[in-house]
Amino acid sequence: MIKAILIFNNHGKPRLIRFYQYFAEDMQQQIIRETFHLVSKRDDNVCNFLEGGSLIGGSDYKLIYRHYATLYFVFCVDSSESELGILDLIQVFVETLDKCFENVCELDLIFHMDKVHYILQEVVMGGMVLETNMNEIVAQVELQNRMEKSEVRTFLNSFL
Amino acid sequence: MALKIVKGSIDRMFDKNLQDLVRGIRNHKDDEAKYISTCIDEIKQELKQDNIAVKANAVCKLTYLQMLGYDVSWAAFNIVEVMSSSKFTYKRIGYLAASQCFHEGTDVIMLTTNQIRKDLSSPNQYDTGVALTGLSCFVTPDLARDLANDIMTLMSHTKPYIRKKAVLIMYKVFLKYPESLRPAFPRLKEKLEDPDPGVQSAAVNVICELARRNPKNYLSLAPLFFKLMTSSTNNWVLIKIIKLFGALTPLEPRLGKKLIEPLTNLIHSTSAMSLLYECVNTVIAVLISLSSGMPNHSASIQLCVQKLRILIEDSDQNLKYLGLLAMSKILKTHPKSVQSHKDLILQCLDDKDESIRLRALDLLYGMVSKKNLMEIVKKLMLHVDKAEGTTYRDELLTKIIDICSQSNFQYITNFEWYISILVELTRLEGTRHGHLIASQMLDVAIRVKAIRGFAVAQMATLLDNAHLLTGNTQRNGICEVLYAAAWICGEFSEHLEDPMQTLEAMLRPKVATLPGHIQAVYVQNAAKLFATVLRKHDGETESQAAQETSQLLIDRLPLFVQSANLEVQERASCILQLVKYIQKLQQKNVEVAEEVTALFAGELNPVAPKAQKKVPIPEGLDLDAWINEPPSESESEDEKPKAVFAKEEPKHSRSRHTEVDEKELARRREVRKQEQANNPFYIKASPSSQKVYDAPGVEHIPVVQIDLSVPLKVPGMPMSDQYLKLEVERRQKEKAERKKKEKKKKREKRGKERKADSGPESEEDITPAHQVDIVTEEMPENALPSDDDDKDPNDPHKALDIDLDKPLADSEKLPVRTHRPEALKSPAEDRDSESVPQETKKKSGKEKKKDKEKDRKRSKEEKKKKKKHKEVEEELLESQPEEAVQSEETKEAAAPPTSTSAEEVTAPSSAAAAVDTSSAAAPESEPDEPKDTEPEDTKSSKHKKKKQKKEKEEKEKKKKKRHHHHHQHHSDAGGEDSVQNGTVEEEEPLPPMSNYSLLAENSYIKMMKEDADQVYDIQGNHQDESKVVVSVIFENKSDSFLKSMEFNVLDSLNSKLQRPEGAGAHDSLTVPFQLPPGVSNEARFVFSVQSIIMPQKLKGTLTFIVKSDESSTHEKLDFKLHFTCTSYLITTPCYSDAYAKLLESGDLKGSSLRLEGINMPFHHLLARICFHHHFSVVERIDSCASMYSRSIQGHHVCLLVKTSDQTVSIDAKCDEPSLLGNVLDEIKQTFSKC
Repeated sequence: MIKAILIFNNHGKPRLIRFYQYFAEDMQQQIIRETFHLVSKRDDNVCNFLEGGSLIGGSDYKLIYRHYATLYFVFCVDSSESELGILDLIQVFVETLDKCFENVCELDLIFHMDKVHYILQEVVMGGMVLETNMNEIVAQVELQNRMEKSEVRTFLNSFL
Repeated sequence: MALKIVKGSIDRMFDKNLQDLVRGIRNHKDDEAKYISTCIDEIKQELKQDNIAVKANAVCKLTYLQMLGYDVSWAAFNIVEVMSSSKFTYKRIGYLAASQCFHEGTDVIMLTTNQIRKDLSSPNQYDTGVALTGLSCFVTPDLARDLANDIMTLMSHTKPYIRKKAVLIMYKVFLKYPESLRPAFPRLKEKLEDPDPGVQSAAVNVICELARRNPKNYLSLAPLFFKLMTSSTNNWVLIKIIKLFGALTPLEPRLGKKLIEPLTNLIHSTSAMSLLYECVNTVIAVLISLSSGMPNHSASIQLCVQKLRILIEDSDQNLKYLGLLAMSKILKTHPKSVQSHKDLILQCLDDKDESIRLRALDLLYGMVSKKNLMEIVKKLMLHVDKAEGTTYRDELLTKIIDICSQSNFQYITNFEWYISILVELTRLEGTRHGHLIASQMLDVAIRVKAIRGFAVAQMATLLDNAHLLTGNTQRNGICEVLYAAAWICGEFSEHLEDPMQTLEAMLRPKVATLPGHIQAVYVQNAAKLFATVLRKHDGETESQAAQETSQLLIDRLPLFVQSANLEVQERASCILQLVKYIQKLQQKNVEVAEEVTALFAGELNPVAPKAQKKVPIPEGLDLDAWINEPPSESESEDEKPKAVFAKEEPKHSRSRHTEVDEKELARRREVRKQEQANNPFYIKASPSSQKVYDAPGVEHIPVVQIDLSVPLKVPGMPMSDQYLKLEVERRQKEKAERKKKEKKKKREKRGKERKADSGPESEEDITPAHQVDIVTEEMPENALPSDDDDKDPNDPHKALDIDLDKPLADSEKLPVRTHRPEALKSPAEDRDSESVPQETKKKSGKEKKKDKEKDRKRSKEEKKKKKKHKEVEEELLESQPEEAVQSEETKEAAAPPTSTSAEEVTAPSSAAAAVDTSSAAAPESEPDEPKDTEPEDTKSSKHKKKKQKKEKEEKEKKKKKRHHHHHQHHSDAGGEDSVQNGTVEEEEPLPPMSNYSLLAENSYIKMMKEDADQVYDIQGNHQDESKVVVSVIFENKSDSFLKSMEFNVLDSLNSKLQRPEGAGAHDSLTVPFQLPPGVSNEARFVFSVQSIIMPQKLKGTLTFIVKSDESSTHEKLDFKLHFTCTSYLITTPCYSDAYAKLLESGDLKGSSLRLEGINMPFHHLLARICFHHHFSVVERIDSCASMYSRSIQGHHVCLLVKTSDQTVSIDAKCDEPSLLGNVLDEIKQTFSKC
């Protein structure tokens, strides 16, 4: 199970947070801070696994993260997930973002948090991996976007 | 004009969308909070508007603010409004917001039930999808209960997109509403074989999550997963399955045995590191589970270790980390194989990555031996010096102590060395683990008697140099060691060289700055030292020294009498008065030494940590009963609950104390605990309570930094390195001596045998430096056996520990709203719901089988008893007509099995052999005949008969050794839904418990064949060729050694034994093992089958050499392998809609069969077809049922079974008429035996 997915930048500013277990808002912020603190002090050439985030989980949980340019993608997972599998999943997720936003950068995430959520929802659902095939994910996201566009068009047409 | 309106409304709607909000926040970096609060005000305004678009926009912005840490739960109702918009765009925004901020405590959630239900059944798949995604995040027990049935329906939705989401969300539903697990499970299981890989993956995911927590309930799925593992190419699915197997193997070692081979293949073939790693991990789990029974897996261990070494040596830090992680798992059971990679692991200790260093540390724990402990610890001590962060250094410290103290100091040969290591560790500043070092010091000093002298000397030096420890370490726990030092010096003061000096050190004014609990120990032990000094000077009249000591105490103790700490103050004033009195006596020249020493006489023995807990409660003692009359109510007026009780039941106040209810007891216990916690005089678990020293404000005391960059060398303290050198020298000397001795011996033997050099030093060769007498810890008499069951009672998965093999009861249905059409039921439900209500006692054969399985597992003893009994029954079976046997067995059922006399147990083996040969030679008459004329008896008699069959089978296997007793019931269990495996007609339909059947035997050897779930096809390669694997168990029945076994089968055109490349068509295969007397082993043979539409019979021969002490003979055994058409069928569940489509398609050709004179209940008949012929029931209405099965080459076989009176008619359809014909013939044959 994935317990939480956090995306924040090099300064610890959250860009997307997705908890699959309830935490109150202040607790969520504390977890982000702590996670950022743990992750940011690590060099880029050390391993991508971290144990001992005391706020989430406990001993059964691991932080698995990847650092892309200005952003950290952190997954908090328990022992039922494969460590390398999750690293691959982060890669799939980022590549999907790249496809959907066309050369994704931090600004895309800043201004389109909702869209990033919709993409994530096609990858992970309720803490469990839903789909790992990038083409399938992109196809579903695009179909939904098209539906949204057609709704906006009919809405505008109703005024004219 | 119209345009203006439009423009206006658009302006108003989107006056500030999410992007504007984000931009605004970025432009107001200085007063972000203020800006956001104005934005929230705007949002509140927007939410008041009727326009749903405006509301959705506002909710979208709230979702963003929620991420920044703002509580937006006040808008929960508006979120629900947006969720219920008919437009997908808004609905999606609403569900997203809900999934981010709804939780079980959100009260508006209960308003959403109907909306969600509506969305779930929406014709638009994305509405449904969005609802499922949202629900997965905020499902509550109520929602789960109300929507479980709707979601279950969605699991068979036409769109795979919805199916996979529905399958995944079921896990959340199970967690919140455990009752739904059993009704939904059959359908979930079906989804494991869904045509869409995404759905399949989701189902695997869910079952893996479930099974991880309660693996034993999912053992029966193992064969299915095994099949998936060998057929799937999706690495995600494979990883999950392989992880699942890792959880299952500890429960079922035989599963592990089967897994080794495919996993090894995967390890060799896969290029994906993630998959490779998980395979290695699971192989390790298998090896751990097998480690007791199967010694011959060194190849697999080597493979794993070798692969892990590659990972660890990889430049990718992630692989290195995982390699070490997996290595630590091997370490537990196969430490030897890991130890050979010590170099690599020590190298990892120097890695720049802390995660990797920590992992390497974990491994060290298992790598130490008597030989290398000192060396490893030395290396660690170097790291301690170098370590930059305190966390890592603390970790090192605990590891050093762990390593040294493991299994009762097993690896320590020189305790002087260990003490000096501990003393060196006290140099660490800022460590939190002072108490750990302290407890080690105490432990060693108390338990290793021989070391006390040395320890005391060391502790005395430590006390003397206490200023070095306490100087700048007020904040950290290192001064805790002084606690130990003071106590050791006091308790074992007879070993002190100069007690006077130590006494002086303990009474320095600086001591008063130590934490209170340490001062208290100082004071108390100063008194002990005082006693020692007095005794030393005993007899000397007018001893100057003794009087000086008294004076010293009288001078220094007043400092402690003023202490703010109660404990210190009390002890100090007590001792001060005592010393003053002694001084008076001394001045009168009275001998006091003896009396003073008597104060501290007696030896302290170590007590096991759990000893207190294990003191058994004497019989008749009720710890919760009142000892005296309970205090009157008025005594504790301030306690509310009592007042309530007084009001509620004033009359019962007298009798209450005898029959207090659980709640009350719990409350009292709580109160008592509370009291104990607050009672300073109540002795609590840990003696060195941190409380005192954690006094507030301590942290703010300014700390003087002392530059300790030069390694601190406490004068007079021996360094551990010194010991290392000494130790090495000592060992060499010992070795040399040993060699000398050996040489002597050799000389004595006059060099007759030239021995190799004594080789590497083995563990046992190293003798401890001095006789170490480890005092064992004391335990109370008749201590209770271990009581450590520390399961978390709050674990939500506990509720999901549900037996999934039990048939569904009528009441176990998902709640359905009655006015809705009932959802399609899964076949399993159908079957159960119709058989259960009629007569709950009647169970179908399969279910019984399962029950029995459980019985079997229940207890081995019971089984053994039964077995004995059965053996006796067996004899009866032979001599008496069948009816009699049955009545006999019924009797057995009525009365619990009684113990049988010894004579009976040892059934004559000749008779047993007779049974076997007869059953092998000619098919015995079917003993399985149910007596339907007595319906009330049906259950038991059928039950009995199954048993009876099983007995026979078991008997066959049992023989002398009872090897296979357990043999197959597990993988059979996997067959749950009537996967009863390929029976060979000739040899009787197999009893439920085993799919091993006797192939042939003679006086030397017995061959048993296992078939069925081993049958699989390789569809990818040849459309028309399938491979069948036959497992044969060879058992040596003779007293001689069997070797050179060769297995050969005469190939037919259709079926061929697969021989290795280059072998001729008639060459025999060598069985890859030899059999010592009484041993059995299993070999597998692969056959390729062209056509499966006809039954096959292959003649074969096994040749072997019987070798006894004096002679060896060549023997052979003929056998016949029989492949029935039925054995090519695989039980495949089928849905009624798919079934209907299949029949409509018109591709199938029909045939029919009539059976007369069948008088058994219909569900028995169905069970039998399912059981023997691998069908599953699709649907059943009254006395008519449709059934389905599929051949390994993909032929569909459909049956429509009707019954009236004693006639059963079977209309069958199949795309291959001759296969159908043969299957029907075999069915007929099965029933003709009834």
